[in-house]
Amino acid sequence: MDFFDRFAIPNPSPVIYASMVAIGLTVIAIIAGVTYFKKWGYLWQEWLTTVDHKRIGIMYLISALLMLFRGGVDAIMMRAQLAVPDNKLLDAQHYNEIFTTHGVVMIIFMAMPFIMALMNFVVPLQIGARDVAFPRLNALSFWLFFMGAMLFNISFVIGGSPDAGWTSYFPLAGTDFSESVGTNYYMIAIQIAGIGTLMTGINFITTILKMRAPGMTLMKMPMFTWASLVTNAIIVFAFPVLTVLLAMGTMDRLFGTHFFTTTNGGMDMLWANFFWVWGHPEVYILILPAFGIYSEVISTFARRNLYGYKSMVGSMVIISLLSFLVWTHHFFTMGQGALTNSIFSITTMAIAVPTGVKLFNWLFTLWKGKIEVTTPMLYALLFIPTFTIGGVTGVMLGMSAADYQYHNTMFLVAHFHMVIIPGVVFAMLAGLTYYWPKMFGFMLNEKIGKLSAWVISMSTLLAFIPMFFSGLDGQARRMYTYSESTGFGPWNMVSFIGAAGLAVGFALIVYNIYYSTRYASRDISADPWNARSLEWATHTPVPSYNFAILPHVKSSEALWDAKKHGHELFPGEYEKIHMPNNSGVPFIMSCIFFVWGFSFVFSLWIPLILTTIGIFVCMGLRSFEKDHGHYISVDEIEETENNLRGA
Amino acid sequence: MKELFPMKQVMGFVFSILLTTIAMAVYFLDMTITTGMTILLVTAFIQAAVQLVVFMHAGETKDKGAIYTNVYYGLIIALVTVFGTLLCMIWGYI
Repeated sequence: MDFFDRFAIPNPSPVIYASMVAIGLTVIAIIAGVTYFKKWGYLWQEWLTTVDHKRIGIMYLISALLMLFRGGVDAIMMRAQLAVPDNKLLDAQHYNEIFTTHGVVMIIFMAMPFIMALMNFVVPLQIGARDVAFPRLNALSFWLFFMGAMLFNISFVIGGSPDAGWTSYFPLAGTDFSESVGTNYYMIAIQIAGIGTLMTGINFITTILKMRAPGMTLMKMPMFTWASLVTNAIIVFAFPVLTVLLAMGTMDRLFGTHFFTTTNGGMDMLWANFFWVWGHPEVYILILPAFGIYSEVISTFARRNLYGYKSMVGSMVIISLLSFLVWTHHFFTMGQGALTNSIFSITTMAIAVPTGVKLFNWLFTLWKGKIEVTTPMLYALLFIPTFTIGGVTGVMLGMSAADYQYHNTMFLVAHFHMVIIPGVVFAMLAGLTYYWPKMFGFMLNEKIGKLSAWVISMSTLLAFIPMFFSGLDGQARRMYTYSESTGFGPWNMVSFIGAAGLAVGFALIVYNIYYSTRYASRDISADPWNARSLEWATHTPVPSYNFAILPHVKSSEALWDAKKHGHELFPGEYEKIHMPNNSGVPFIMSCIFFVWGFSFVFSLWIPLILTTIGIFVCMGLRSFEKDHGHYISVDEIEETENNLRGA
Repeated sequence: MKELFPMKQVMGFVFSILLTTIAMAVYFLDMTITTGMTILLVTAFIQAAVQLVVFMHAGETKDKGAIYTNVYYGLIIALVTVFGTLLCMIWGYI
């Protein structure tokens, strides 16, 4: 039985055993359900092997929503533990595990797939392409991300969760202080998901540079596409750092190297340094697509073209460069001298300038616009003031001398939540509501949607504003309890109420999806929001080939030109369309990657060697495969087009 | 005949052999580690540039602009990362 001891959880509790049972039952229910309804073939042919960017986008979306709830449950548990002084709900070890997984899940397995979902679905449509440049690579990206996420998520029932914080600083994350396999999970799962993200970066840069519709020059691309291009450039330059860093961390933990140890010439602070060399650009990887969504939403519902297109593009390019120059502000107090800290303080404050340019551009777009407050627009309007609170406190934190007061307190926690929630989460929810009709053929209910927008934004304020005060009073982050005499109790209770409100808000979104699926009208046009760019020019549901005739473009608002100025969007006749074939290899290869990662986590060397061979076999198969895709004939296109036009 | 003879490639080949010889000299000659590392780094970067331009045809297609933008951007970020790290961890560390 010695062999199986390694899979036991080091710090078990009834909740974890209950989760084990729940996970087991869910898996059985899914397998039984799919078998009962005879859906295995459908699942395999239509989803698991698909290379269609729209379906991959939808799968990203579903994963992101699932992970949102996983991370959300972690958040509620943390706030419940801190709601009253000296609470006994969680012990220190569980609290450590929960804040670690909350951070990793929310950043890497919720926010990342959410932006990937929107990029996958929207970008090819917006540039008038039939798919991404490398459709099968895109499928592999998704499945690697998915398997990485699943590997990370089983950690708490097999072997124990990581507990060294989402930043996983050494020496705490080293084997001396983190003995369980938890941090191995962190290293390997993020590695697998990260490889997928890197592939997406290359794929989308190529797609955007090479596959734009005729007439669409770089400066005529819609703003979301521009944001995606800049984001993917940052991905390509930032993620290799993470890959190497995680490999070094893995070697320290499993093979006894001394990169980040305090002895034998290791340098423990180097982990923090390189983590943030990746970590700060990562912040912009998350926020720039969000800015892209806001640009689309605001110009659509202000019924005006986006103010200052060129300055929008310019500020994003500047942000992408500056994002690589500021990372030291995450560890001002680690012991660098005043000169170093001053340099990074200045670069940090400089980044507020292009961000400010973007905010003012949105305000000028709204100025004199005929504003129509729909749910996506409501999120965008609520974003501007709430994000500003986060942004301004960020400038406070960016002053290195003052940072000695704020660092490692709840003030910091409040700051980054006030940036990420309005910046990323509101944008993703706005994008979700905005693109929902294009994805699924019906609109989400506006009344429930607006209610959830208000509940979520007000609860965000309620949950995080008190942390600014308790943080300034000295409440440290990552502490699982505090005594009553500190006086933090009331602040944290308010915060807990806000967190509960957020839970209600997200429950409302789920209810909205259920309600609209049942009752919403399916009789909507292809352009229900009266929008401006190409993704709304094709039918709903979008046919597999996206556009029967590739659109011809003269400005960044091609559809608006077609609607208002008589621009001919689709000149010419139907021609046969070349499309890529589906493939099971990405899915199978990622499953092998999952077993590979699992073996790595538990140091099972023989399965590790076998799966490594398996991965190379999959790559070899692809190299020698002759797959030239298939053609959709003109007759078939005509039939599809006529059906869709009739609908 | 002149058009058929790949002068650029031959010169590139000779130059890269020369660079390799200089790098090899670091092992055979007696010098301080600082001098040795400097020679290695400088020759390595020139070598990479020669390979990229002469043998990987970086400037010969209409993607020239995109390729060089990428290379320079990557170079800037690599230098910023390396020197920024040195600044934080060694030079500026009290």
